[in-house]
Amino acid sequence: MRAPALFLAAIAALVSAAPARADLAVPMAYLRLLQDRPPVLSNLDPHPDDLGLAGAELALADNVTTGRFLGHDYALRLIDLAPGGDALAAARAALAQTRLVMIEAPAADLIAIADLPEAQSALLFDVASPDTALRDGDCRANLLHTLPSRAMRADALMQFAHARRWDRLALISGSHPEDQAFAEALRSSAAKFGLKIRAEATWAFDADMRRNASEEVPVFTQKLGDYDLLLVADELGDFARYIPYNTWRPRPVAGSEGLVPTAWAAPVEQWGAAQLQGRFHDLAQRDMQAEDYAAWAAVRALGEAVTRTASADPATLRAFLLSPEFELAGFKGRALSFRPWNGQLRQPIPLVTRGALADQAPLPGYLHQSNELDTLGLDAPESRCEAFR
Amino acid sequence: MNRFLLFRNILGGRRPATAGRRGADSPPLRLAISALALCLATSPLAAGEIWVSNEKDNTLSVIDADRFEVTRTIPTGERPRGITFSRDFSRLYICASDSDTVQVMDPETGEILHDLPSGEDPEQFVLHPDNRHLYIANENDAVTTVVDVETRKVVDQIDVGIEPEGMAVSPDGAIVVTTSETTNMAHWIDTETRKIVGNTLVDARPRHAEFVKNGSELWVSSEIGGTITVFDVPTQAEKAKIRFEVKGIHPDRIQPVGFELTDDEKTAFVALGPANHVAVVNAETYEVEDYILVGRRVWHMAFNGDKSRLFTTNGVSGDVTVIDVASREPIRTVKVGRFPWGAAYRP
Repeated sequence: MRAPALFLAAIAALVSAAPARADLAVPMAYLRLLQDRPPVLSNLDPHPDDLGLAGAELALADNVTTGRFLGHDYALRLIDLAPGGDALAAARAALAQTRLVMIEAPAADLIAIADLPEAQSALLFDVASPDTALRDGDCRANLLHTLPSRAMRADALMQFAHARRWDRLALISGSHPEDQAFAEALRSSAAKFGLKIRAEATWAFDADMRRNASEEVPVFTQKLGDYDLLLVADELGDFARYIPYNTWRPRPVAGSEGLVPTAWAAPVEQWGAAQLQGRFHDLAQRDMQAEDYAAWAAVRALGEAVTRTASADPATLRAFLLSPEFELAGFKGRALSFRPWNGQLRQPIPLVTRGALADQAPLPGYLHQSNELDTLGLDAPESRCEAFR
Repeated sequence: MNRFLLFRNILGGRRPATAGRRGADSPPLRLAISALALCLATSPLAAGEIWVSNEKDNTLSVIDADRFEVTRTIPTGERPRGITFSRDFSRLYICASDSDTVQVMDPETGEILHDLPSGEDPEQFVLHPDNRHLYIANENDAVTTVVDVETRKVVDQIDVGIEPEGMAVSPDGAIVVTTSETTNMAHWIDTETRKIVGNTLVDARPRHAEFVKNGSELWVSSEIGGTITVFDVPTQAEKAKIRFEVKGIHPDRIQPVGFELTDDEKTAFVALGPANHVAVVNAETYEVEDYILVGRRVWHMAFNGDKSRLFTTNGVSGDVTVIDVASREPIRTVKVGRFPWGAAYRP
């Protein structure tokens, strides 16, 4: 096994002019298990190198400003692992620095890291995996999730389709495991809201769709028959962009393209979001994306917990974050909080096109006995997570 | 004095008002229209006005406070939010957030006289009782800027929390409070030294602050927390917390923002944002007594001259609800521009 490639870099510890009171150090780490990304057809939306991380940096700056008034000193250390490196060694390196760790990693690595003996007294944040199983049977008590699960995003879209009475659906899914997982989430969600996926097709073209989408897609979608809304599961952003306006029938497209349920996107500007977007843009020189928002929310949630408890102890912070007292102002119009049954951050899900916010789930009329946000994703009775009980 | 001035303008051979578009850049036409409105007023007294900033139209709507009609629509800089008059009502200060400036307007003519240096993205401000210093919350910069309106210079900048917004000044002018939305604090600023002398945590996303009861209490509304925190000013200690509950509306949708107290300071009216209601609060017991249905996403409010009517800005529905204070009933809706935000009364 080759030696782990570990890169250590301190991002910021910009604590200035702390008042003359007992200082509380709040060291945090940001661990990235970098992945090789499959190529996609279009070069229009490059994958930013600092996706996710930039959100954490912004939240760090927010926390530092607040901490200045309270004598709380925040620092965030970045630990990068090159593709194919030793994930557990990198995690141990992070845990040797601090017990408060934000992690970008695939689901299997997240579970392995959370199960490390060193991690048992730590508080870990999954800031990049939408894997529903991590909120279900594979959950871990020391692992909270700030990115919405695929189930939450699918439910947001199905609420919208249901509210519009677009009951007849068709689905095109890609062949990557992520595409299949999102397709499965869409199927379960359609069943949950009483909608019918009448036809399905798998995208298996290897042609370059920038040249012949107009010829291939109409024929490809003809066999889907009639439907109200065409769902597309293309989580890597490979082919879905070539489908709208090229379908055999004139129908709207939703899912990974067209109307997209997502934690965050540039068109979100209500509820003070314009301020967050502006601050992010100043910092990163690009639009804020869902992964940036998830990392921002994790670091801000920690900051809020430190502010309210005046503690940096992982157990104290975890207890506060999972309590009803915790609420995060997340620029989506409602207080964000963690589900105490699986550690998922409750949040509204914007439904966006490339240019505008079409709506935001939960939609009016989707009621819940305790919190309407819990109409999205795994609710307490559905989740098979035992670790939080 | 107003009427004479306006009348002279008409006699002076200005163009008469037409029913069509009011010229954004032609002050004489606007003068004629407001003069006409005054002539039509049935009351012998000059009608008071409610001025409303329309965040997404870059305009102000001027509402006749007796007739509940928009009499003027005046162009401003980009994204006008907080508005306030000088003590003698001869000047209107406008936070033109996206123009990064505070504009100074002659309310008679609607003319922008000059801009004040305000720091980036001014959202709300207060005019110190000295009528000379504006304390401005710079939402994007995490500072409170102090501007001398006479010399038109920035005299100080004070570092505060992330996204400062709510601004209040004590009646004696000794303390200014800035609330920061993301830091969730009220910062107490000594106006002599212009240094922070206290930082008190409040619930999530504080939006508006006011000193009440002769400056003995500070009230701070928290939009996401869904509360108003009442502080005892001498000790800066939390004294009470006001909570709201509207039947049929999820607590998350109850988001207190602007508020105003009646003259006797026994009753407070609190805008509840997307709950589309204004709460009526007993300011002595801190209990909510009533909820009044208004337009959608209610932000801020202003009383008329004798405080018999309350005008609320409803951002999403683009209108202003007129509430009869005695009966606590909404009595009229006035259509204004897009996303009305701030409100201020002018006699």
